[in-house]
Amino acid sequence: MRERTKKITFLGLFATVALILAYVEAMLPPIYAAVPGIKVGLPNVVVLFLLYRYGVKEAAAVSLVRLALATLLFGNVTMLWYSLAGAVLSLTVMVITKRLRVFSTVGVSVLGGVFHNLGQVLVAMLLLETAEIGYYMFVLAFSGILAGIFIGLGGAFLLKKLPL
Amino acid sequence: MKKNDLILVAILLLLAVAGFALFTSFQTEGDVAVLLIDGEETARFSLSENTERVIETAWGTNTLVIEDGEAYVREADCPDGICVAHRPISRVGETVVCLPHRVVIKVETTVAQDAPDMVVQ
Repeated sequence: MRERTKKITFLGLFATVALILAYVEAMLPPIYAAVPGIKVGLPNVVVLFLLYRYGVKEAAAVSLVRLALATLLFGNVTMLWYSLAGAVLSLTVMVITKRLRVFSTVGVSVLGGVFHNLGQVLVAMLLLETAEIGYYMFVLAFSGILAGIFIGLGGAFLLKKLPL
Repeated sequence: MKKNDLILVAILLLLAVAGFALFTSFQTEGDVAVLLIDGEETARFSLSENTERVIETAWGTNTLVIEDGEAYVREADCPDGICVAHRPISRVGETVVCLPHRVVIKVETTVAQDAPDMVVQ
């Protein structure tokens, strides 16, 4: 019983950290490329860490809780669909990729990052019925790769150093 | 396992860069800006006529400007302001999107792309 309580507590803490990271990231000045609004996806460090340290359920739970809270606190309902699509697609790809055991956290995270953006672009293309939005993927794939590398390295570091 | 990561990144980067190069090399200048609100085409503007139009949607307001053959959003009351920060567009396939307001401005061309340039009688 104590182990379970401990785990729930830690997951709660991780969810909070993820939420704070999301907030901080939203407050940071935008890094313009061709598409302003590009983000690193700092909260995904937590999700990646949880995926490796615990498993799919824990990672998914924290990811969804973070999304819901972030949307309620500093977002709008429209944003929810985009974030949700990105997070679900990204996590699915990461789970599959991780199981293949071909990449380290970096490779898994890179694919996670790219597919996160792809998920959001697909939703935008669907909701706004504009296929041309797909063209943003050229830039978003690039930023997804870079962010994925950064997040992947961060996740590897946490996995090594955090005794939790 | 690190080596596979590098190969993955290299391949993905190559695809992204090559795809982008190909795409931009085939881009042509457009002559009309199409406005879509919530997925529905609402208006068309010729890029050759300087215009200013305030777009009112149920979710907010955007000011579309057409100037010197380019279209851009001058101001908007959306929380992220990405549409305003976007640089002016003028080539076919380019878009300026305001996600919170569900506004899309895209450039199209009325000139038939694959019509013959000349027909010899």
